Amino acid sequence: MTTSAAAGIVPPGLLAPAGGWSRRHPLLRQAVLLGGVLLLIAFAWEAAKWLAGDPWRIAIGGFTYTHTPPLAWRIASDISLPHLWTIVGTLFDPVPGGPPLWLFLTGAAFYTLRTAFVGFAAGALLGLGLGIVFVHSRFLERALVPWVVGSQTVPIIAIAPIVVVALGASWISVAVVATYLTFFPVAIAAIRGLRAYDRRAGELMRSYAASTPQVLWKLRLPASVPYLFSALRVAAAASVVGTIVGELPSGIPEGLGRAVLNFTQYYVTAPERLWATVASCAMTGLVFVGLVRFAEAFLTRGRYRPAAV
Amino acid sequence: MIPDSATPAAAAAATPAAATPVVEIRGVDKTFATASGGVVALQGIDLTIRAGEFVSLIGPSGCGKSTLLRIIGDLTGPSAGDVLVNGKPSHRARLDRDYGMVFQAPVLMDWRTVARNVELPLEVMRYPKADRQARSKRLLDLVELGEFGNRYPWQLSGGMQQRVAIARAFAFDPALILMDEPFGALDEMTRERMNLELMRIWRETETTIVFVTHSIPEAVFLSTRVVVMSPRPGRVNRVVEVDLPPLRTFETREERRYFELVTEVREALRGFEEAAAVDEVVDARIRVEGIG
Repeated sequence: MTTSAAAGIVPPGLLAPAGGWSRRHPLLRQAVLLGGVLLLIAFAWEAAKWLAGDPWRIAIGGFTYTHTPPLAWRIASDISLPHLWTIVGTLFDPVPGGPPLWLFLTGAAFYTLRTAFVGFAAGALLGLGLGIVFVHSRFLERALVPWVVGSQTVPIIAIAPIVVVALGASWISVAVVATYLTFFPVAIAAIRGLRAYDRRAGELMRSYAASTPQVLWKLRLPASVPYLFSALRVAAAASVVGTIVGELPSGIPEGLGRAVLNFTQYYVTAPERLWATVASCAMTGLVFVGLVRFAEAFLTRGRYRPAAV
Repeated sequence: MIPDSATPAAAAAATPAAATPVVEIRGVDKTFATASGGVVALQGIDLTIRAGEFVSLIGPSGCGKSTLLRIIGDLTGPSAGDVLVNGKPSHRARLDRDYGMVFQAPVLMDWRTVARNVELPLEVMRYPKADRQARSKRLLDLVELGEFGNRYPWQLSGGMQQRVAIARAFAFDPALILMDEPFGALDEMTRERMNLELMRIWRETETTIVFVTHSIPEAVFLSTRVVVMSPRPGRVNRVVEVDLPPLRTFETREERRYFELVTEVREALRGFEEAAAVDEVVDARIRVEGIG
């Protein structure tokens, strides 16, 4: 048993999958698929407007062409569904007395993302803390988990103003709203994950006379990481939603919540601005989830990763 | 023993061998409570194991050999009787970290590298970092996995993972190692190779080993004594002294004495089947012929 090669292990370099470019470049494949889906949506969007929207007036140079769609659906009208190029075009128009829309929205998104991050971190810590308490005390688990679950049945639209009035209109109260939405998935995942360790590893720790904190730190927490991260991805999106909803009644002038309120007011005259804002909200959520996935890949490096998680 | 600073285990081994047996089991019973009444797993077990021995527990499935091993290791308690390890109650011995365990599955932590897996008990027992790393390196060399310290468990084959588990069990120089069918999941050829490895490690470290197995050849090849257990309720039926020379090699498996011992153990085990068959015949005769 002296030569490693004879013993059937897999040197890391040989692990690259064989096959086409798609298997060898998973990131590129993901980008292509995403682009493909976006193109499909864009095509469906404009196709709906071509068939059932308001008349199209295309002016190229001096030549104008008018297309009248055969059907007329209100959902495809220019007010409900602005042309994609209108939405993109409005990004370069300035907001009243200010920078171009895209710059304004980026700033608002960063502001919201910062608050969401604080809410997310607090919610994740709270959720994990509750999970740790509950797996060590059946009594507390039985007593408190129904309340934890019940907390999520109250609509966030009602909670947000209560929090803002109680804590004052600042980003902190908005972060509290985000925490409220974030802690629940993390707590539930923590309860499951902290119990998901191999029982024989538990016996091994017992044979070493390991203390409870040692078992938690060396066995239960690392074993719970996959569960925690799948909940953290959900929590990341929830924290962005919670922050935007929290910003609505808060009166804070910055952030995507304020942008949503403003452009809702002016929807009749400029519907494309609200659409642009909606797209920014979605992208903010995606960016945050992407960051969490990146953190997960880093923290679970070396572990065996089954193909689908 | 791996030479090291004085540990309680090293001190115990330095005293005259006959002084304190490493394991003393006296009158141990074990009954499991189940929904349909109690299941008697062990009954009246008396066994003494001295320092440096290699004792195998063998018996049919369900005879309680794994339960007995777990009782020695204080992973479960006896319903009656005493278990002393190094002269102490088994509970105290566990808290004093007097023994190491190897299970049938390697039970490695897949988020730790191989080297850090071997260091796990040392971390729990708060050895200083340099000491941990030195021991881990030495033990991986001992099981001939020296270059694999930085790999992760999933990159190793089953046999190699089990060797890591064995290295981990020896990491803190326990005087006693408990092994529960560690090679049960391996193929025959790997198993025979691992038997030789284990022999070598046992000789170099001079530990006492209690080994549960299903395999008669393995039990005879590895042990100084083979304890044959009866089917449930488990009792010690026979103890076969294995008087093969201590240095065993591949050739040992072809010696006449080895075959004689394997036959002896096999017949001790088969005796139960025959006794059970005879019982059935007697019962049938009583029913049919009315013999009371």
